Amino acid sequence: MDCKNEAACGEVAFTGNVTPILNEIKHALNSLIETGESTTIDLRAMPMAPGEMQQIESLLGTGEVTATINAMGSSTVNESLYAGVWLVTHRNTDDEILGKFIEITRIPSILESQTEDMRGALEALPDLLAENC
Amino acid sequence: MNEVDFLLWVRGPGLAIASIIFVLGMTVKMFEIFMLGRKKNLAELRGSGIKEGFRTIITRSGHVDTYSTRNTRFTHIAGWVFHIGLFTAIFLLAPHIEVFKSIVGFAWPALPTPIIDFATVIAMITMLAMLFHRITNPVLKYLSTGQDFVVWALTFLPLLTGYMAYHHLFFSYTLVLGLHILSVCLLLVFFPFTKLTHAVTLFFARWYNGMMAGEKGVQQ
Amino acid sequence: MADDRTLAEMLRAQGITRRGFLKFCATTASMMALSPAMVPKIAAALENARRPSVIWLSFQECTGCTESLTRSHSPTIEKLIFDVISLDHHHTLMAASGEAVDEALNEAMEENFGKYILIVDGSIPVGNPAYSTVSGISNLDMLKHAAEGAAAIVSVGTCAAYGGLPYASPNPTGAASVEDIIKDKPIINVPGCPPIPVVITGVLAQFLTFGKIPELDSLGRPMAFYGQNIHDRCYRRPFYERGQFAETFDDEGAKKGWCLFKLGCKGPITYNACATTKWNEGTSWPVESGHGCLGCSQPNFWDMGGFYRALSMPTVDLANKAGIGLAAGAAIGVAAGALNRGKKAKAVREHETVTVDDLEKGA
Repeated sequence: MDCKNEAACGEVAFTGNVTPILNEIKHALNSLIETGESTTIDLRAMPMAPGEMQQIESLLGTGEVTATINAMGSSTVNESLYAGVWLVTHRNTDDEILGKFIEITRIPSILESQTEDMRGALEALPDLLAENC
Repeated sequence: MNEVDFLLWVRGPGLAIASIIFVLGMTVKMFEIFMLGRKKNLAELRGSGIKEGFRTIITRSGHVDTYSTRNTRFTHIAGWVFHIGLFTAIFLLAPHIEVFKSIVGFAWPALPTPIIDFATVIAMITMLAMLFHRITNPVLKYLSTGQDFVVWALTFLPLLTGYMAYHHLFFSYTLVLGLHILSVCLLLVFFPFTKLTHAVTLFFARWYNGMMAGEKGVQQ
Repeated sequence: MADDRTLAEMLRAQGITRRGFLKFCATTASMMALSPAMVPKIAAALENARRPSVIWLSFQECTGCTESLTRSHSPTIEKLIFDVISLDHHHTLMAASGEAVDEALNEAMEENFGKYILIVDGSIPVGNPAYSTVSGISNLDMLKHAAEGAAAIVSVGTCAAYGGLPYASPNPTGAASVEDIIKDKPIINVPGCPPIPVVITGVLAQFLTFGKIPELDSLGRPMAFYGQNIHDRCYRRPFYERGQFAETFDDEGAKKGWCLFKLGCKGPITYNACATTKWNEGTSWPVESGHGCLGCSQPNFWDMGGFYRALSMPTVDLANKAGIGLAAGAAIGVAAGALNRGKKAKAVREHETVTVDDLEKGA
């Protein structure tokens, strides 16, 4: 990173959130495999030093799956380089970040189709069939 | 009164009152002591005594004679350890130096806070040991009065509350900081009226003792 | 006007899918500083929440709190909150003006008597109520009248919560906080100068979701946002622990991001969400930008001894006090000394003897 102010680049002011979070992910992943229990970590609830959030994201990286959801602004759901560890970022219609979560799960529930929406779709399909008959 | 108002009071009117009483009390004491003066020495002087006076201020802190040292070894060592720890905590901690800077206008380098923390713990442990010694040693038990224990508490509380403040123990920081400053106010208020005045009078007392010995031509 | 539909029905009517609703719940939970495990509970609560009427009254204030809220850049949540709540009255934001406003206010209060949420920003001058009036009605009267039918009152900003800037010494207008005046209604204090926007809406969202007052601390602030000390959450804490302090705003220590204690940071006595939630959607906060915490969510923060004087420094001039002590002490000392000399001379003249009791006197 090109920085004039060391403090803003996270090179000197290190609170060490990285190691505890990575450990938490490791434990959660173990729990997921053993018992099937999912865990969600809210990254915005932690006092991050400047540059720490970016460091965590770059350490986790992006793996095989990238998904974008368009509901009240875009949300991105990426599986990291570590299977079962997903990074979910919610944005609003002005593209500002509303929430950042690390989900340790088989698939983040926000990706699944919701029953109510499916019911609504079921109600709308007959109209489609009627049009095209 | 909530804890914020309490903190504001001790940092303002509280410290003001305590400082005035402290300086006033010490000044009155000094005037009283010096204005009474000393009896004129009518004997022929063997030496001027001035040099010996200053020498005694320092030598009295150390070994005097083997017999006395053996009996008072615990108090002697504990005293040194406690005082060094106390002065380290008071004068070498950065937030305290800021207080002195606001009074006298200049500052000096501070020590890393963990070192001060260690010194404070040592000082507190030593104080507890000295209290135990005072209660169990038969001679000290006989000689001790209420004032001795009050003075012990007045000195112990600032160390304890300071430690609690740094480590954010038990209560909210605002309250603990307020209690710490209050304990210092109490120490200042009672200082001139108890044996704590030794902090100042010890220099004059030792000087006079040395001077008297020097005038008699006796080694001190 | 208040609506009888539940929140979920309203969102659905706006074309928001359930997936969108879940996203809303997840980000709301994050905003309310609740654990992600609470999301299903929030979803269930919001599904059945009804749309309350909200009346916002602005008194002796700078409008910074309203600005903070509306200038915030995550309007989806705030927008939804305001779409969801029925903001029936807001001096600055509402389009109407003049008598129509007064009518609308009275109508809203009557229709929803006992059920509306009253939000207040700005302090209330009690010294002379004429210092701040709206439509010829003093803030004091308006507050008392509006409070009668309120289900709960939210004091937004340090001025409404504790008196704020107008309350600072010597308090020329006799400014008072809401809780100084209203004693018989539940009051939630959301202080800050201004409060972090997401905190304002987070508190409203909490009230909306769970329908009751959140857990409050000893100063009436929601524990969710004001439960943690800035100092305990500050990323510069390791420097404080090691005793590495910046001495000026542009020295080496400052550039390295060292602790700002000596430059007046009031972090240790301040409770707010700045260190974790930060400002401008997590961009930064005062300490991260190199300036000490002002303590703006605490009562009396304007009179806390100076923004740039360290917390440990006394708020009075001690050198001056010491001078007074010295002068008075000298005077008394001379008098006492003279008296003592007199006593001593008398004792010598009368050949007084010293007994054991005399020696014990000083002990």
